[in-house]
Amino acid sequence: MPHIVSVDRLSKTYEGGFEALKSVSLDIEEGEILALLGPNGAGKTTMISIICGITTPSYGSVSVGGHDVVTGFRAARRLVGLVPQEVNVEPFETVFNTVSFSRGLFGLPRDPARIEAVLKELSLWDKRDSKLVELSGGMKRRVLIAKALSHEPRVLFLDEPTAGVDVELRREMWETVSRLKADGVTIILTTHYIEEAEAIADRVGVIAKGEILLVEEKSKLMKRMGQKSLRIELTAPLDAIPDSLSGYALEQDGPDALIYTYDTNAERTGITRLLGDIAAAGLHLADLQTKQSSLEEIFVSLVQESAA
Amino acid sequence: MNLYAVMAIFRFEMARFFRTVWQSIVSPVVSTSLYFVVFGTAIGSRIQEVEGTSYGAFIVPGLVMLTVLTQSVQNAAFGIYFPKFIGTIYEHLSAPISFVEIVIGFVGAAATKSLIIGLIILATSFFFVDIRIQHPLPMIAFLVLTCISFALLGFIIGIVSKSFEQLQLVPLLVITPLVFLGGSFYSISMLPPVWQTISLFNPVLYLVSGFRWSFYGLSDVPIAASLAAITLFTILCLGVIWWIFRTGYRLKT
Repeated sequence: MPHIVSVDRLSKTYEGGFEALKSVSLDIEEGEILALLGPNGAGKTTMISIICGITTPSYGSVSVGGHDVVTGFRAARRLVGLVPQEVNVEPFETVFNTVSFSRGLFGLPRDPARIEAVLKELSLWDKRDSKLVELSGGMKRRVLIAKALSHEPRVLFLDEPTAGVDVELRREMWETVSRLKADGVTIILTTHYIEEAEAIADRVGVIAKGEILLVEEKSKLMKRMGQKSLRIELTAPLDAIPDSLSGYALEQDGPDALIYTYDTNAERTGITRLLGDIAAAGLHLADLQTKQSSLEEIFVSLVQESAA
Repeated sequence: MNLYAVMAIFRFEMARFFRTVWQSIVSPVVSTSLYFVVFGTAIGSRIQEVEGTSYGAFIVPGLVMLTVLTQSVQNAAFGIYFPKFIGTIYEHLSAPISFVEIVIGFVGAAATKSLIIGLIILATSFFFVDIRIQHPLPMIAFLVLTCISFALLGFIIGIVSKSFEQLQLVPLLVITPLVFLGGSFYSISMLPPVWQTISLFNPVLYLVSGFRWSFYGLSDVPIAASLAAITLFTILCLGVIWWIFRTGYRLKT
């Protein structure tokens, strides 16, 4: 299946010499939700800006739906919707008119019914005649999404869509993203919120210092990179870890608990033998708990590795 | 050609014009009326007529030009500068539109606004003086061409400007003096020979002269020179805009 977005050896060096992207290649499958994670200045926004035509690449190429974003910019851009990071809107225009304007800009005739549907989807219909200057920050962000959806894009870029919005709105946006995915829209979102990627993404890309460190299916990534920990609660306090258990990667967690970290992908986790040795050492178990590392821990470890 | 995009930009810009109707329409009409009172009545009482035309009627083409030039530049400059300033320019840059379509949308709207204002001023002046228009079609053509060419200049200023101060700088310090010194309120034949020669280097003189010719058949320079000047100016502005979009100067990073 052809990729809906194909980024090939993309580089960008800004005036002044800052290298924002270093020969980045990335293929995005049609209909997937890809979350791009990365610290500030990693190159996420630069990459999106190049794909959407706002920034000129220094080297490399990008195609959307098989159309080169430079030579076939009209066909490529028609497929793309962009919700930028900054909440910039025309302050004195009404919600309805500004969304209609976006549709026209993308070469489509007026369609009040379509605009109404988009505004209702984003709970903006009641505000259709309000000027943007009168809206809250969260509402303005919804307007940006409505503008991006006004021309029915096949690929939607959400650059930090939930930065600074409340929990309720964030959850509503996630629901919107899920509905768009169900309609076959490909979604690429950059985010600082790892739980956002964890909650809605199919694949996760990690980008740092202008390079893509990895792109992988979220579940596989978490499984591959995921370390698990076993918390062993004992019935009686422990002064020190017995010598017979010194061969295990054990840490004491308070007076009456031990933490055992293991790799789920290893041939043997060592849990059975550990529990036997604990019993042999005369310790009695009160409870057991296991915990999977979060995407955030994986992300932090990857970025730290790249910085090292 | 993405006509829907051109129309979207055009309508959006015109909506701003009608939202600020007092500033857009009433203000130029009031200031033009004041010019008539001050120049037409006060000075006109001392200068009865210029080359057979009453002074009040003589200054009408210059007055229309004065407003049309400044309004064209200001409207177009503000039109493109504002989205840059508030950050909504991303939408124009990421839409499937070419620079030609962006220019037609913004410059078309700015030129239309100043054309409307120019015609309103012309209509206003009928209340003050007797005006005859000997060559109506060339008059309209001159007006439209001037609106377009100076809107193109305004568009360039809007892109190049980094602040509201810079946005005002060229209209205030360049356009207005050039119009005042370009024979708007006098014929250059009334000047000493040295100043007549210097005035010939003022491009606005050619516009005012050509425009006045379409009213009264009077001109400081040959009509062909006026036509050549405005055509050259338009081509020059188009060339600069083409270069701006090709390089993304002050638009793209």
